[in-house]
Amino acid sequence: MAMLEVNNLEVAFDTPDGTLQAVRGLSYQLEAGQTLGIVGESGAGKSQGVFALMGLLPDNARVNGEVIFEGEPLLNLPEKRMNQIRAARIGMIFQDPMTSLNPFMKVSDQLIEVLVQHKGISRKQALQESLQMLEAVRIPEARNRIHCYPHEFSGGMRQRVMIAMSLLCRPRLLIADEPTTALDVTVQAQVMDLLQELQQEFNTAIILITHDLGVVAGSCDQTLVMYGGQMMEFAATRDLFRDPSHPYTKGLMGAIPRIDEQMDELVTIPGNPPNLMNLPPGCPFCDRCPVAEPRCYHELDPPERFGAERIRVCNLPREAIR
Amino acid sequence: MFFSDKHAGMGELADTLAEDAYTEGRSLWRDARRRFMNHRAAVASLVVLALLLLFAAFGQYLSPWDNESIDWASLPNLDEDGLPSLASQHYFGLDPIGRDLYQRTVQGSRISLMVGVLGALTAVVIGTLYGAISGYVGGRTDAIMMRTLEVLSAFPFMFLVIVLMAVFGRNVLLIFVAIGAVSWLNMARIVRGQTLSLKRKEYIEAAMSVGVHPFLIVLRHIVPNVLGVVIVYATLLVPEMILFESFISFLGLGVSEPYTSWGALISEGADAMWTAPWTLIFPMLMLVLTLFCFNFLGDGLRDALDPKDR
Amino acid sequence: MSEQQRLLTVENLRVTFDIMPRNAWPWTLPQPLKAVNNVSFTLNEGETLGIVGESGCGKSTLARAIMGMVPSQAGKVVWLGEDLRGLNLKQLRKRRQRLQMVFQDPLASLSPRMTVGDIIAEPLRTHYPDIKGAELREKVDAIMDRVGLHPHQKNRYPHEFSGGQCQRVGIARALILEPKLIICDEPVSALDVSVQAQVINLLKNLQRDMGLSLIFIAHDLSVVKHISDRVMVLYLGNVAENAPRAELFANPRHPYTQALMAAVPIPDPERERAKPPAELEGDLPSPMNPPSGCVFRTRCPLATDYCSREVPVLEDKTGAGHWVACHYVERQES
Repeated sequence: MAMLEVNNLEVAFDTPDGTLQAVRGLSYQLEAGQTLGIVGESGAGKSQGVFALMGLLPDNARVNGEVIFEGEPLLNLPEKRMNQIRAARIGMIFQDPMTSLNPFMKVSDQLIEVLVQHKGISRKQALQESLQMLEAVRIPEARNRIHCYPHEFSGGMRQRVMIAMSLLCRPRLLIADEPTTALDVTVQAQVMDLLQELQQEFNTAIILITHDLGVVAGSCDQTLVMYGGQMMEFAATRDLFRDPSHPYTKGLMGAIPRIDEQMDELVTIPGNPPNLMNLPPGCPFCDRCPVAEPRCYHELDPPERFGAERIRVCNLPREAIR
Repeated sequence: MFFSDKHAGMGELADTLAEDAYTEGRSLWRDARRRFMNHRAAVASLVVLALLLLFAAFGQYLSPWDNESIDWASLPNLDEDGLPSLASQHYFGLDPIGRDLYQRTVQGSRISLMVGVLGALTAVVIGTLYGAISGYVGGRTDAIMMRTLEVLSAFPFMFLVIVLMAVFGRNVLLIFVAIGAVSWLNMARIVRGQTLSLKRKEYIEAAMSVGVHPFLIVLRHIVPNVLGVVIVYATLLVPEMILFESFISFLGLGVSEPYTSWGALISEGADAMWTAPWTLIFPMLMLVLTLFCFNFLGDGLRDALDPKDR
Repeated sequence: MSEQQRLLTVENLRVTFDIMPRNAWPWTLPQPLKAVNNVSFTLNEGETLGIVGESGCGKSTLARAIMGMVPSQAGKVVWLGEDLRGLNLKQLRKRRQRLQMVFQDPLASLSPRMTVGDIIAEPLRTHYPDIKGAELREKVDAIMDRVGLHPHQKNRYPHEFSGGQCQRVGIARALILEPKLIICDEPVSALDVSVQAQVINLLKNLQRDMGLSLIFIAHDLSVVKHISDRVMVLYLGNVAENAPRAELFANPRHPYTQALMAAVPIPDPERERAKPPAELEGDLPSPMNPPSGCVFRTRCPLATDYCSREVPVLEDKTGAGHWVACHYVERQES
């Protein structure tokens, strides 16, 4: 049985202007120690999907579907149980390290708080363990810097502190929501390398959310492509890049300028990102899809499984996409 | 190739709207109005204030009396005949010297509301321009303007008003001057603060890069975007002005007879409180009602014009 | 490509900000922050110069200094034969006709309470107040069409458009005066990938059709590679390398450029995983306290003692228009 199983996850928000469908029909599996990359543009619902896992959605969210983590259903758990699971068994790293670290608390206090809360150890012991973790994420002069405030660290350093904080309790699953988007590219490379090292050392599964296909190519075993809240394609990363089976995936790959190739003109996906208040009942991509048929607006076929654990959600057969 | 769309720039002809005619935009003001309408207390206050305005403007026609003449007939027996009654058409009763209180209240409302609204308007115009220019130009000009403002703020205005009244007599115009002199100071400070934060926004940079004259930048880009805050503050300023005027009148320094204001009426009513309580109650109710309404209105406007949505 | 007119020459431009250190007494002298330090480059007509660098490299400050929106302390900015630094504000405003800018945040660069049509028309109204009414409308319509917007949307407000459309409005605003040069400050960084491609293609087409020159500032090397004729790499306010596009990517000679290229993730699992781990250690030093000598030496694998004493000079050793600022250029294998 997979460590994490998500079946038909749906997330909708009740707003004064109507219902906003953020995620629909999301299904995937994750094995221990593996990395899953969730790729999509703005409005794809990638963050809402994982916030639902962690129970971090606001009050006006309505969640349906099934999420099973290590045999235990995760949705709608009582808050007390959820608090036990958060940080101890599922860790999370957010995009902007400045706003996810408390600016009024020293880093040492924030790290110690996590350990004392979840492992019930003494402050002194917690400090020791925190120091070890900071050294593992390669913060120079950790002994001194642990007593600094977050604003005294640079962006890349802060993100490492976040990584350290999330791994303190050795969670089985780490969710990283666009961890390197706000970082410079040289720092991004360092942080991604670090994440991979730590993953191997602690055997943590990672769900990595990003919009950067390059990052996914380098660090994820499997990739899930989302658009407009809907899952478009799911495959082993190698398979996905070698042989994309969905028009959106193909479009995305054609639209990215590559540093290793010379392209004369970028092949674009016409149109604009979807309006989540006003999604078509069928496929959210239909108004931008070059091979869309009239029925794509009204209905979307159930997911099709093929190949080596590949899933695609599209009305047109694979052959039509080639 | 799969997605061959050479002129991708023109490619999204499909994604925009279906309408053919020129579409009207949904301005931020319209959004704000919609939000305002959801705020029940504010809408109710607006209705009440509208009624009040009608009262002040046309209320005098509802009663045969006027605000100056004394009802000699009722004068000897004021304690009984002076009571508010529909029969005698003295809806609010008589004041201590026999004049119709209803008409006097109408008169007072006119003056008080005028003072409040005009005072707030003066503050808005002078304060906004002063604050926007000071904030936008910055540097030494800003420093000088702000220091001047601070000196003026430190001025004990009560004394200034009293002195002015004592020297020049009780002139309605002078009251406006005095109130105007006080009211724009805080507004200027608020607008300056807003301007400082707006100055860093990219659309101001863009206007500079286009080469727009600084004064036009202030007028076209900064002022419309501080109006939200200004409007909210202005509605909260009106009750302040009315109270200020009431206070002056209460001290006996405000408008002179036959004109009157709520403050003056309350002052008179306070004297006759034990014998003729209605002389106090009616003007006081009007004042309190107005103040409440403006405050709720300000609340509603603030929620509606929430800068988060700018 | 024989006689190209030299549009812009920037010589030894320096921009320094005085920052009050935190928790300082009021009488302490402010410390200088060298945002742009001795930057020089040239731009010809019809050319696109890509400026690349990470945060703190001064690229945005450089753009604003060229436009005169930020005061500079030393150097020359020669635009069409005239040094912009010597002009007063009024003269500078006049020159802005030919020199326009597109900004990074598409929505924030548009005035929220003006209609899109008014925003696009503003430059025309400012510089040509005689153009009014129908003529003005026609021009606005024409330019909206050019950038792929529906003219009948001109009464809508910025917040009703998507990011990509807002950026098109920004481009339309920059284009309406038919400038010779448009400085694009990270114009696609805030956009989704699929929309980025649209805007990049649009800029390329416009450049070709209108003979525009572009200075394209970005932190994404792949985007810069796609659109530029020449590329300049900045690090902490200094020029590291400046070369024609093909040459730079085939043959990067500055260690920072090499590290930067190696760090860009490639959307290809085989190639990406075959890359050696990032060799650039540490974070960017603070611009308030840059390293002595060569600013890159704290992270450079080739750095020696000499690098901490002598600032490397930007030189074109081969004469092929490939400028590098490094003491050890010869030491590297191409």
